[in-house]
Amino acid sequence: MKFGIVVFPGSNCDRDSFHVPTKVCGQEAVYLWHKDADLKGVDCVILPGGFSYGDYLRCGAIAKQSPVMKSVIEHAKSGGYVIGICNGFQVLTESGLLPGVLMRNTSLTFICKYIQVKVNNKTPWTNKYDAGEVITLPIAHNEGNYFCDEVTLRRLESNGQIAFKYHGENPNGALADIAGITNEKGNVLGLMPHPERISELILGGTDGLRVFESIISTKK
Amino acid sequence: MDQNTKVTPEIVKKHGLSEQEYERLKKALGDREPNITELGIFSVMWSEHCSYKSSKVHLKKLPTTGPHVVQGPGENAGIVDIGDGLCVAFKMESHNHPSFIEPFQGAATGVGGILRDVFTMGARPIANLNSIRFGSPDNAKTPYLLKGVVAGIAHYGNCMGIPTVGGEVVFDECYNGNNLVNAFTAGIVKKGDIFKGFASGVGNPVIYIGSKTGRDGIHGATMASDVFGGGNEERRPTVQVGDPFTEKLLLEACLEAMKSDAIVGIQDMGAAGLTSSSFEMASRAGTGIDMDLDKVPLRETGMTPYEIMLSESQERMLAVTHVGREKEIIDIFKKWDLDAEVVGIVTDDGIMRVRQKGKVVCELPIAPLVHAAPVYERPIKKPGWQDKVQKLDLKKIAEPKNYNDTFKKLIGSPNLACKSWVYRQYDHMVGTDTVVLPGSDAAVMRIKGTNKAVALTVDCNSRWCYLDPYWGSAHAIAENARNLVASGARPLAVTDCLNFGNPERAEIMWQFEQSCLGMSEGCKQFGTPIVSGNVSFYNETGKDAIYPTPAVGMVGVIDDISKHTTQFFKDTGDVVILLGVNTNELGGSEYLKQIHNKIAGNPPHLDFEREKSLHKAVLAAIGRGIVKSAHDISDGGLAVALAECCMQDNCKMIGAEVKLEDDVRSDALLFSEAPSRIILSCSGKDADLLLTIAKSFGCPANIIGSVGGDKLKIGDLIDVGLKDIYGLWSESIKKIVS
Repeated sequence: MKFGIVVFPGSNCDRDSFHVPTKVCGQEAVYLWHKDADLKGVDCVILPGGFSYGDYLRCGAIAKQSPVMKSVIEHAKSGGYVIGICNGFQVLTESGLLPGVLMRNTSLTFICKYIQVKVNNKTPWTNKYDAGEVITLPIAHNEGNYFCDEVTLRRLESNGQIAFKYHGENPNGALADIAGITNEKGNVLGLMPHPERISELILGGTDGLRVFESIISTKK
Repeated sequence: MDQNTKVTPEIVKKHGLSEQEYERLKKALGDREPNITELGIFSVMWSEHCSYKSSKVHLKKLPTTGPHVVQGPGENAGIVDIGDGLCVAFKMESHNHPSFIEPFQGAATGVGGILRDVFTMGARPIANLNSIRFGSPDNAKTPYLLKGVVAGIAHYGNCMGIPTVGGEVVFDECYNGNNLVNAFTAGIVKKGDIFKGFASGVGNPVIYIGSKTGRDGIHGATMASDVFGGGNEERRPTVQVGDPFTEKLLLEACLEAMKSDAIVGIQDMGAAGLTSSSFEMASRAGTGIDMDLDKVPLRETGMTPYEIMLSESQERMLAVTHVGREKEIIDIFKKWDLDAEVVGIVTDDGIMRVRQKGKVVCELPIAPLVHAAPVYERPIKKPGWQDKVQKLDLKKIAEPKNYNDTFKKLIGSPNLACKSWVYRQYDHMVGTDTVVLPGSDAAVMRIKGTNKAVALTVDCNSRWCYLDPYWGSAHAIAENARNLVASGARPLAVTDCLNFGNPERAEIMWQFEQSCLGMSEGCKQFGTPIVSGNVSFYNETGKDAIYPTPAVGMVGVIDDISKHTTQFFKDTGDVVILLGVNTNELGGSEYLKQIHNKIAGNPPHLDFEREKSLHKAVLAAIGRGIVKSAHDISDGGLAVALAECCMQDNCKMIGAEVKLEDDVRSDALLFSEAPSRIILSCSGKDADLLLTIAKSFGCPANIIGSVGGDKLKIGDLIDVGLKDIYGLWSESIKKIVS
């Protein structure tokens, strides 16, 4: 599978998101510059964590205006895979590819720590996990408090779009313990935790690796 | 200051120059009066902060060379060789004064400055650490300063995407009027790709890069060279405002530009901005610079030469490229949406000539300005109170009746408590290299594409430095080395931030001299030269100076990443082994202060040979792959160290039961901070081998107990459930701010 990692000014998990698909999973990957609309024929776009455009205005709000995002939106609408991690999740909700918003953590502070999440394995991004499996992933964000209206929440639940739910402790006040959701078709995933940070044993575990392995396995 | 402002004796005084210094200045100019811009430039270049005029004679005594040193002090950062063609560039720098005046921006720009120092040398930063010190937890200003400083460090480091992986947080009354913020950055650079701040090659263009110049931070360096009186809030405009987003672009653009061979030299604009960067670059190369201020990107109109030259606006760099290559470099910066303009040209006359609107507004000979900077041998006098505070009669210290209560009080005291409230606000995992997270003895960072890792630590016991600056400072070196060894790393080199009071007082200079001598001896003993650092004087408010605080940062290398260690006990049934000797020394301990309200005595005895044999033994055992955990004993002593082996910040806990049979009074046995001791654990089958290895290096070693259960039991003195102490330990810092 060919991955494309978008580089916005202020992205800072771009190199981490490049490392896992290539060095750990042995796949092909290219960087996609924000001013460039060409997606270089990638199968899966990664919107990495960081502070795109300095998080000025609102996290992800300026990124959605960039030339590359127009192509990413088209790619998603035609069924192409897109994953937004942390700041990438914020870009996805701002762009309308995913419903809802990410507000400031209820603690009003940045939080970096390991948390537990429960996985819904009925998505293309989680098919390598067991049903209801509880895994450990790191979070690192200031605005991860997911919110949406009630109708949307019911739709997310009934469609099985909630891919990850915080388990035990809800670190940021997210509605219904939501840590990550997909779009209706399932080809777009946004999540606050960082699977790329826990995909190698030397970093303390591989609980995040199966997100990448799941999506790679969908390619025939 | 308008260019036509007349230079009067009063103006000279306001610029912090003494009469003698002003005479010296005129002489350096060939017996003429400076204009106002020139005076401003001299005042910052000759400020304590930039010129090291009071410290230079002492700093010269520090060991700065070694077989692995690639770059010693004098450049933007020090560099050591770690093999495989790779180097670590690192430095620690203070941002104390600005952080007291405006904690958030002061701390944030401290991080920004040290990051620039490292990437200007061509290194990609891999980790930040910091040493931060505040007044007493119940001082009215402490919560505000603590919250602001931590949020500022988080703001800058997190946005830059450089993990903040370790450090120290200390509370003491002596910092009530002067908190300390010392920021450390380490980066990795290939040996052949190092850049330096040289303005070489006559005719080469000088390029200004990064943020536009504004009116912020003017005279920051001068402010940092004075004591605090009343009305510090008025100095707020001297504190710079940081923009980590711009710096992130600057980092990526610089590293991209450095891949070409077009850049001759590059330096960041830190203290004294455009002035110090241009002077230092030309001075190192023995050249001059002709600069046109009309080309400098400005944030607002109407800025005078004085303001432009002295602005400390952040996120700016100065580069010299080969002639004809400027466009390709400028294009890279434009790609990253940064300003980049040719503002000058390298000349051969050794003169800094600055023009605005066609007129020369400053014409200064560079060598005299830099080399004729005053150097002072300040008077030195041992304080009258020094011997008195060292007196301690243990017979008069009553032993506690209930050690469980004493232990609980200590484990919940802010200096010994878990610092997770602080480091959870720092992104410590970005970059996916952090192998050992904050909370253990040293942070361990893997280097992708190799089998190696770098271990990093920052430490200093300033109470010991107050009681005995020589030995306190030697201890700071020893403890850093011990921290690295406990993680499995070989100590390599040191950076330091020397935070002291007013150097014009003989007692302060005595502390400073003693501290340099003690550090020097420590560095020689452990083969860890000092390759970078800075000095921060005038950390005093009114008559109260801070404790002498030589914060030390140390870098070590682990050749085989699979052989790294953390401090945490792992498995039930493992054997606990104590390396080193327990003693009756309680001088300067946290126990004495917290329980007996006493700051007295001598720091514990430091025997370099014993310490070195400990290091060899621990590294050999870790190298054999039989050590499951290793933790050095320091603040709070053996009892606190054992608790720290049992508890992790994520509620993970495993108990231990130990028995101690030393002939030592009970409070000293539990809480003495005597050095040269490390607690190891290993599986039972490896215990004999571990003891044999220790003994082969002449290091005393004894099995003291085993891992398991949900309690910490130490002989018949302490018996506490881990669940009962976890809350005390983990919530203590949070309580200060809420």
